[in-house]
Amino acid sequence: MPASSKTAAPPAAASRPPAASRRRRSTRPGSKIAYAYVAPFFLVFAAFSLYPWLDTAWVSLHNVRLTSYDKQTWVGLDNYRNLFTNEFFYNALRNTISIGIISTVPQLCLALGIAHLLNYRLRGRTFFRVAMLMPYATSLAAATVIFLELFDANLGIVNWGLHLLHLPQPDWQGSKWPSQVAISAIVTWRWTGYNALIYLAGMQAIDSALYEAAAIDGASRWQQFRHVTLPGLRPTILFTIVVSTIGAAQLFGEPLLYHNGIPNGGTAGQYQTLGLLMYQQGWTNDRLGLAAATAWTMFAIIVLAVLTNLFLARRREHKLGSPALSVGAPVVGPAALEASR
Amino acid sequence: MPRLSRTTTRLTGVVAVAVLGLAGTAGCSSDKKADSATGSGATNASSAKVTLTVGLFGTFGFKEAGLYDAYTKLHPNITIKEDTVEQSSDYWTRLKTRLASGSGLDDVQGIEIGFVSDVVQNHADQFVDFGSLPDSGDLKSSFYDWKWNQATSSDSKTVGLGTDAGPEAICYRPDLLKAAGLPSDGAELAAKWSSWEDYIAFGKQYEASPTKPANSKFVDSAASIFSTAVYQGKNAYNDDSGKPAPSNSDGVTNAWKYATEAAQGKITAGLSQFSPPWNKAFSSGAFATIACPTWMMGYIQGQAGTANSGKWSVAPVLPGGATNWGGSWLGVPKASKHQKEAIALVEWLTSKQQEITMWTQGGHWPSNSQAAEDPAVKNAKAAYFSDAPVGQIFGDISSKMKIPPIGLYDTQMQTAFTQALTNVETKNTDPGKAFGDALKAIEQVTG
Repeated sequence: MPASSKTAAPPAAASRPPAASRRRRSTRPGSKIAYAYVAPFFLVFAAFSLYPWLDTAWVSLHNVRLTSYDKQTWVGLDNYRNLFTNEFFYNALRNTISIGIISTVPQLCLALGIAHLLNYRLRGRTFFRVAMLMPYATSLAAATVIFLELFDANLGIVNWGLHLLHLPQPDWQGSKWPSQVAISAIVTWRWTGYNALIYLAGMQAIDSALYEAAAIDGASRWQQFRHVTLPGLRPTILFTIVVSTIGAAQLFGEPLLYHNGIPNGGTAGQYQTLGLLMYQQGWTNDRLGLAAATAWTMFAIIVLAVLTNLFLARRREHKLGSPALSVGAPVVGPAALEASR
Repeated sequence: MPRLSRTTTRLTGVVAVAVLGLAGTAGCSSDKKADSATGSGATNASSAKVTLTVGLFGTFGFKEAGLYDAYTKLHPNITIKEDTVEQSSDYWTRLKTRLASGSGLDDVQGIEIGFVSDVVQNHADQFVDFGSLPDSGDLKSSFYDWKWNQATSSDSKTVGLGTDAGPEAICYRPDLLKAAGLPSDGAELAAKWSSWEDYIAFGKQYEASPTKPANSKFVDSAASIFSTAVYQGKNAYNDDSGKPAPSNSDGVTNAWKYATEAAQGKITAGLSQFSPPWNKAFSSGAFATIACPTWMMGYIQGQAGTANSGKWSVAPVLPGGATNWGGSWLGVPKASKHQKEAIALVEWLTSKQQEITMWTQGGHWPSNSQAAEDPAVKNAKAAYFSDAPVGQIFGDISSKMKIPPIGLYDTQMQTAFTQALTNVETKNTDPGKAFGDALKAIEQVTG
């Protein structure tokens, strides 16, 4: 579920030149042309990210319906007050967190294991690596439709299997936890390969001399994994956790399609996520002001979650005494929120 | 009414249409265009070339019934371009955006029952008022009053002319009823299903029958009963002024009572309407009856397929009295640059002869009462539905129709109630709690 590569653009502010040298540089011929080169990106960014971001904030302070767009009224923070006293919001928040955990944790663990296996010299390694990425390349709609069939309470293959094993057959649509597990299964299926590839790339960047040294010291495969691979991968792992957290917070397509395109997240809202709630408020209920307030609240929640991740990681390193990680905080923002619409 | 988005994807390719013969005429118009472009052979020198865009959703069926081709043959200077969005909810969002910005509107816009009252209340000034045209008297008299009134504002502006409508009866499976040892003849059932109480009592008999097919229920869903019965009250989701008032309307109260009684009596299959399992159930015989607007016949035929031809029938009755589910209008935005031509096209498409064609070619029931009374419609029988006299049945129901005021949020309110009913059916939720849940969801819409 990581949003996409565009959410991870490390800011290039690592080494800032001293003021003097910067001034000197800007007088050099050709430096102006550099602005022209970067301008297209910033123009597009301003039009499609910055402006919607600010406009969403403005809309969130109004009572707006699309059908009477010219008659919007200023309501101050009423939409936020409404949202924070709204049981639908807290239900969606809880669901987003629980689905996020059920889908992200197994997904990243699986990805790590698969990457480790694919790091060995296997016959047909390229085939496995490509095959692993296939779910990621599958259309979300197609995947969800197939999973809906698999998880059909009466005719699905999952319950058929459980029946054969004499296990209870849950209602994978109607009941809360089974439906959340089913949706998490779709997410996990789609994104495990993607994360495994990222881990694999990270593993291959680890110096093989470290493994040789560890082997000479008598370390087993497992010990090598724990004491060489994992520490070497830490920046990569942090990156995938951050991206997955953002993706989980914005989860939208799977739960929408899981209920035939109705954005209420099940007949009792049992898997309505924040993204779905926002969509329902804005487009089904035609309350754009409230939806905009939800969008901004989601933005705040995501920033908070990412900062918590980074803080925990820093603290852990500090304790371990290893050098600070050079993972730039991904740019999160309304672009990501917009993308979830 | 509602649940429109899906109902409008309805008749796609259903009533296998004899359009192919007419498709050949498409070549003509383009030939003519080429002619007049070179300045020679223009038959109609007085009228300039006009391209009309028609914004629609789902499958309206004009093109499929060959009506555009027929029209361009009559008016060689007109070219018609259709601009279609699959789901009516997406179409409505787009139309709202365009109405707000005042640009990008088509010359003709389809208006569905799910949002007609929004158009009437908030956008009547942006549409041509068909009630003030010179021929408005003739226009008004050719449509059913209820159809005309639903598209008319409190200050008597009529935003569109009616295309199809959805008078309701009950579609049923005679073979399943027979297997349960119950009557299966239409006339007999009409006498037994005159009220919802009787219909539900009959359903309990079906349920109790030891010989009924296993895994078969009497009715598809509690929603089927609710969505129909709610519009049989003096009020449905709104008070007399059109303001949402779901908690104290006789329509909602009674419909909820009947629907929950059916749900708790376990005579419903507990399927969510328009979901994939519901679609599959048409061919598997999972239910014996369903509330059946005219367009549902096409839906059943599409889902159950030719293999089940002759297994279904239509009973000449709707428990609780005549009502309607679905239907559309065609309006002309004032922003159109070709208002005169667009009005002429809309009048032609909704006139008697064309609505007859739409019924015979595509199964779209006419809202033009003159068309509905024409022998070609009135005497129609549905071969797929055991030759039921559907023209007669739905004609009777259309002429008896009394419809309570519809409001801005009927669609969302209906969704809220039917979702809550699904919980009563499938999760044994207490009806009182479910009703409260529905009201809470509705509060999110009305604000």
